[in-house]
Amino acid sequence: MLSIKNLQAKIGEKQILNGINLDVKPGEVHAIMGPNGSGKSTLASVLAGREEYEVTGGEAEFLGKDLLEMAPEDRARLGVFLAFQYPVEIPGVSTINFMKTAVNQIREYRGQQPLDAVSFLSLMKEKMKLVEIDQSLLNRSLNEGFSGGEKKRNEIFQMAMLEPKLAILDETDSGLDIDALKIVSNGVNKLRNKSNAVIVVTHYQRLLDYIVPDFVHVLYKGRIVKSGTKELALELEAKGYDWIKDEVAV
Amino acid sequence: MSVAVSENNITSAVASTIEANLNAAGAALRKEAFDSFQKLGLPAAKAEEYKFTPISRVLEKNFDFSKTNTGGQDVKLSDFTIPGLDADVLVFINGVFSKEASTIQSSGFTILPLHDALASNQEIAQKYFGQFADVKIDALTAWNTASWGNGVFIHIPEKKIIERAVILHHIHDTRAGQAISINRNLIVVEKNSEVSVIEKFDSLGSSPGFSNTVTEAVVYENAGLNLYSIQNDSGERHQFGLTQIHQSNFSRVNTFTFSLSGKLVRNNLHLVLDGEGIESHMYGLYLLTNDTLADNHTVVDHKKPNSFSNELYKGIMDGSSKGVFNGKIYVRPQAQKTNAFQANRNILLTDKATVNTKPQLEIWADDVKCSHGCTSGQLDEEALFYLQTRGISKETAQAMMLYAFAGEVLDSVKNPVIKNYLDQVISERLHKNF
Repeated sequence: MLSIKNLQAKIGEKQILNGINLDVKPGEVHAIMGPNGSGKSTLASVLAGREEYEVTGGEAEFLGKDLLEMAPEDRARLGVFLAFQYPVEIPGVSTINFMKTAVNQIREYRGQQPLDAVSFLSLMKEKMKLVEIDQSLLNRSLNEGFSGGEKKRNEIFQMAMLEPKLAILDETDSGLDIDALKIVSNGVNKLRNKSNAVIVVTHYQRLLDYIVPDFVHVLYKGRIVKSGTKELALELEAKGYDWIKDEVAV
Repeated sequence: MSVAVSENNITSAVASTIEANLNAAGAALRKEAFDSFQKLGLPAAKAEEYKFTPISRVLEKNFDFSKTNTGGQDVKLSDFTIPGLDADVLVFINGVFSKEASTIQSSGFTILPLHDALASNQEIAQKYFGQFADVKIDALTAWNTASWGNGVFIHIPEKKIIERAVILHHIHDTRAGQAISINRNLIVVEKNSEVSVIEKFDSLGSSPGFSNTVTEAVVYENAGLNLYSIQNDSGERHQFGLTQIHQSNFSRVNTFTFSLSGKLVRNNLHLVLDGEGIESHMYGLYLLTNDTLADNHTVVDHKKPNSFSNELYKGIMDGSSKGVFNGKIYVRPQAQKTNAFQANRNILLTDKATVNTKPQLEIWADDVKCSHGCTSGQLDEEALFYLQTRGISKETAQAMMLYAFAGEVLDSVKNPVIKNYLDQVISERLHKNF
């Protein structure tokens, strides 16, 4: 589904990704862990198409298409979803209104008829239940005055609405208390199936108790320096990242 | 040493046109205003109140004040109307009142040409005319008072809620040459009454037009006035406008100033809150393209205790357009427990567009709540990216954010027909496609 080969990227003059290799197949959950500044969020941003990052080498193919050549909206239409670490507040734009536009522009891209108001509403009601989010929140300006937990739940609600093939969760767990973390993880788990995949970017192992990964990768200085299964995450939790740094240094 | 000062030349050119008209209705005031005009002269290049708006230079460059207006025939009013608006309609073409094009029912209140009102000893008209617009401080106001040609007197007697609006169409026909119009209005809303008045500025033709429009409004105790100013012409019009409102106890005023086009648009809005329990809302939206300059100068003068004013002006500048906002709030010593709020927010869409914004609060009372805030910046790139990652095209994302930005002002418009009309104009302008 997603094949990343030797991906390199920089922001300004600063090289951040130094050759990432990663293969994600349908049905899989990949966790990307690593110390602060290792390039985790950069990887998520580059895959979603954030303009500030300049790709300096390598490739990323998604469903047979060159992802790096595409505009962010086309990546989304093809099935990439990024749950933001810091969801943006947009005054005057309600979640419901912009989701309706998003759903219909994606449908148009896929050659489907737009959803009418009734179908959209019933789809929305169904997805709201999934992430236990209240409609009054969705009627409000996007994320304006939302708590940290509400913002992250709103991200997962949007993911549910758009049904992506590849969801990238960028530090979705940071700042969440355990109840919010459970709700968010539950939502993600309910959305998982054999044909979609999830990349979980996180600093902490805690989230992985709830969203159980098939693979864990450790990112350090812009490279994946170690890959393993969920046990690797537990090991990192117990021992911290220093041993990885030492191992790499040798 | 002699320096050719251009505002002196243009001041004399304008003065000679004023002089020709000094004996018309309101002669005593005209004379006083003319003296003041000559003393003040049109604003010099660096004049504080016109710092970013070179009105004298623009007048000198574009207009020949010895010429009379031409055209005005075959103007199709339907090109400029607000569809579905239930209103008394007054049409001024190149400043001249067109009885044929106007439709006035005015059941239960008075609408008269201001000339007639002053000449026929309408007590109220005579009492208030020229009492509020200060000819001593602003040359353009003095010019207007000294040489206004046409205008309207609207008088709502006590306890009349006027459901129909009154709309004044100021249309310039510059197909055969320049147009200059000087109009003057007086609105009096007596106790417990209410009315909505719209001034709409349009033009056809590509020669320059200049209009100087002064509207004085007196709002009695517990009365209400909604005033709309809508400029959405073809982009050739230069206009100066002063709206001067005097409010008494418990009166309510809402002003809506939409500057959507024009070449140079200067709106002076001056509210005097001369009473207690007053509520005043001032909303402004300027959507500018090309080289349009829109300058909003507002004054809110709290003279008595326990009143409330709120001001929200927003602007989106595209092309090489210029926005100017200056908001003065005075809270006089006796105006304790005043609540006065002001916000001016701007979005610049290009590197060439500019905005100058300046809040000026002068507060002499010590027990008040006042706040002001101004912001200027580009569209939030992070928010655009966010919307794009949801599958929304960049164009739609931009339109969505701009529409939401403008929507805050639009939402405040009370009359649903006007709101719908403005919504359509603004949606089209912002390429709304969602």
